[in-house]
Amino acid sequence: MAAGVAAWLPFARAAAIGWMPVANCPMPIAPRDHSKRKDELIILNVSGRRFQTWRTTLDRYPDTLLGSSEKEFFYNEEAKEYFFDRDPDAFRSVLNFYRTGKLHYPRYECISAYDEELAFFGIIPEIIGDCCYEEYKDRKRENAERLMDDQEENKDCKMPNMTFRETMWRAFENPHTSTMALVFYYVTGFFIAISVITNVVETVPCGYKSQKDVPCGERYTVAFFCMDTACVMIFTVEYLLRLFAAPSRYRFMRSVMSIIDVVAILPYYIGLVMTDNEDVSGAFVTLRVFRVFRIFKFSRHSQGLRILGYTLKSCASELGFLLFSLTMAIIIFATVMFYAEKGSSSSKFTSIPASFWYTIVTMTTLGYGDMVPKTIAGKIFGSICSLSGVLVIALPVPVIVSNFSRIYHQNQRADKRRAQKVQKARLARIRIAKKGSSTAYLQTKRNGLLNELLDLTASEVEQQHLNKTSSLLESQHHHLLHCLEKTTGHEFVDEQLFEQNCLEGALQPYRSHSRTPSGSSQDGLTGTCCSRRSKRGSTPTPVPNASLPALHTQPHMLTHTLPKSPGLQELSAINIQCAEQQLHSSSRSNLNMQTNEVDRRNTRQQLQQVTTAIISVQTPSTGSSTEEDDDSHGLPNPGASVVTTASSNIVRVSAL
Amino acid sequence: MSDNCLSAHLPGQGLMGVFLRQRVCVTDSVEDELEFALARHRPEGLEQLEAQTRFSRKELQILYRGFKNECPSGVVNEDTFKDIYSQFFPQGDASMYAHFLFNAFDSDHNGCVSFEDFVLGLSVLLRGSVQEKLNWAFNLYDINKDGYITKEEMLDIMRAIYDMMGKWTYPLLKEETPRQHVDIFFQKMDKNRDGVVTIDEFIDCCQNDENIMKSMQLFENVI
Repeated sequence: MAAGVAAWLPFARAAAIGWMPVANCPMPIAPRDHSKRKDELIILNVSGRRFQTWRTTLDRYPDTLLGSSEKEFFYNEEAKEYFFDRDPDAFRSVLNFYRTGKLHYPRYECISAYDEELAFFGIIPEIIGDCCYEEYKDRKRENAERLMDDQEENKDCKMPNMTFRETMWRAFENPHTSTMALVFYYVTGFFIAISVITNVVETVPCGYKSQKDVPCGERYTVAFFCMDTACVMIFTVEYLLRLFAAPSRYRFMRSVMSIIDVVAILPYYIGLVMTDNEDVSGAFVTLRVFRVFRIFKFSRHSQGLRILGYTLKSCASELGFLLFSLTMAIIIFATVMFYAEKGSSSSKFTSIPASFWYTIVTMTTLGYGDMVPKTIAGKIFGSICSLSGVLVIALPVPVIVSNFSRIYHQNQRADKRRAQKVQKARLARIRIAKKGSSTAYLQTKRNGLLNELLDLTASEVEQQHLNKTSSLLESQHHHLLHCLEKTTGHEFVDEQLFEQNCLEGALQPYRSHSRTPSGSSQDGLTGTCCSRRSKRGSTPTPVPNASLPALHTQPHMLTHTLPKSPGLQELSAINIQCAEQQLHSSSRSNLNMQTNEVDRRNTRQQLQQVTTAIISVQTPSTGSSTEEDDDSHGLPNPGASVVTTASSNIVRVSAL
Repeated sequence: MSDNCLSAHLPGQGLMGVFLRQRVCVTDSVEDELEFALARHRPEGLEQLEAQTRFSRKELQILYRGFKNECPSGVVNEDTFKDIYSQFFPQGDASMYAHFLFNAFDSDHNGCVSFEDFVLGLSVLLRGSVQEKLNWAFNLYDINKDGYITKEEMLDIMRAIYDMMGKWTYPLLKEETPRQHVDIFFQKMDKNRDGVVTIDEFIDCCQNDENIMKSMQLFENVI
């Protein structure tokens, strides 16, 4: 329950009167508000600056320092105020959180100082409101990166116990780690350069042979072939080594760099394999074009190149828009120019596709001049074309540029990926917090037994102890939910239990409700819906659920007798199912942690049950002793119905 | 309840009292926002409320502080109301029941619940006599406020209550569970078997039912 609406809890409880006429069962007793503290102003002195607020404001969030009894440690008796030796400026936002329910992050505040304050006061930063959350997360990330930068310089020491494979991979990825890696890095770079230059020089004409310009490649065939072979061998070795060292071979093979590597060396091997056949040599020549891809191998050596590639990838939508709008404009203008120039003789605009060339050249302001309009209309439209070209191209380009600079300045950390993870984690945490209220109720149900027992016979001391464990607000909220359960005759269960029920329900068509009519139903206080769940024997049955007798505590009945229902009270053993989640909640109650804490995974059909005994009837004087007795060993006590006198009071304990 | 309109003579409010105006909350989206931003409602004075309700001055102060905190503008509209009420029932869907509750609290049917409506309702629920409480409950069930509870109305209410339980219940909630519950209810309440429950039948029957009488006293000490 968001504590911000804690003020409305009294209203929700009052509105529950609307359920009463409809309910068939009696309602559980409301938790008593023992500490009838009037709403008082409390003073919080934070390093000299005094803040004042109502006590109930702070009580809204009972799991924080100020909302719980932890603040009593800071109470100053003489001045009758709470003194905190913390930063008053940061405290302002903390206190505002209690007042408004929203936590804000002040921009002037240092992020780590703020985090410390929040940690001190027990507030989790995830509940910072959406208005300030982005800023908070950004600052936090920057801070973390700054710290990481400082650490990275010390990181390059070699970790012990790295396998040879890991060492190699590290050497490949970070050339600065060792001399060998550096040597390898420069050697491959050198050979890439050699290869590219070779490809280029191959086509330069050098010398004559039978009156024809011969490119160097054909003149010095052997030399070039040797160079090519050497480069390809180096590249192949490099590729195979990387493949061997890669932690995930499959992922490596799918990565862009490895594809470039493969494309760079493949033509050579294909050329080796192919014979000197006339037909395929044409195709072979085409393949040699792919050798130019070796230049992309430089991107391993140049970070800027990688950023460029990443930018283009991330600006795919802008590029797509650019392309699309250009195409539209080209088609429009080509059509217009074609029809405008149709009349003129010896016009180069022979067809619309032929006009495309003119439009492109004009729009990109190249203006080769191989096609020019001759008619007046053509010239007019031609000028419009060139003017609009400037606009169309100039629009998406700044977006791409700004993208590039943004990515560049982010230092290529995979921010997006990390941000997504954090967002998921944040949503998960918020979801858990929301679910927390319902799980809190279900947990309390299981522990609730103890509470009600103590409630019956509690002295002041015990009551205070009780209050420490669950806040009044929570118990009132749980009481409200309990009333709803009683009204509808159904219980809340949590998701796992529910699914289990469905499964078991499918297996067992008969849900065993052992309707043993009992003496207690004589008094007509248990309605029909309750007798359904009235009693089970103390033997654990292979029934999936906690069916709990719903009996009613009426402490105010202690003061007067019930003429209608004399006599006996039977005991009921209450079976509480221990779900696995319960482990952490029941640490304080020895009742729950009984023998059967075996994992229920082993016995799927038969779920573990812990039986705790409830006492029954008494005159108040003897009540406490018997209850404590039973509490301590927690064994079912079938015969423990107590003798009552005529004036004894029926106390039936409500068990959750 | 008619003096939640102009009340320029609020003690101690002086000139500001002139500004009081309660606007009818229309359910139009765009204008709604604008009007809502303008709608400021200040309640009547403490003395008047003290006279009209059974709360003491201090209690009214505490109530108002809580109310104002959640609704700074001084009135609650239905969506906020549903929102607030749903927070108490995280497992189910409380919006339908909150709708009926809202109508029960909004006694002048203007689409907003002001502080006076709120506190008058609470006064009946927490400090009223059993008769008054039963009256209030009848008013809640009687959706069209015609003085009769029909089976359909009761079925709506019942479904709304069961919706609050949500999906994960034991035993499994079936489709006909609300209907069965309504049948039980009518069997109990409808003495002359004419298919509707009148206020007298209702009060009569409830007063004879011990369970109900006892549970009416349940929330006496809430404030």
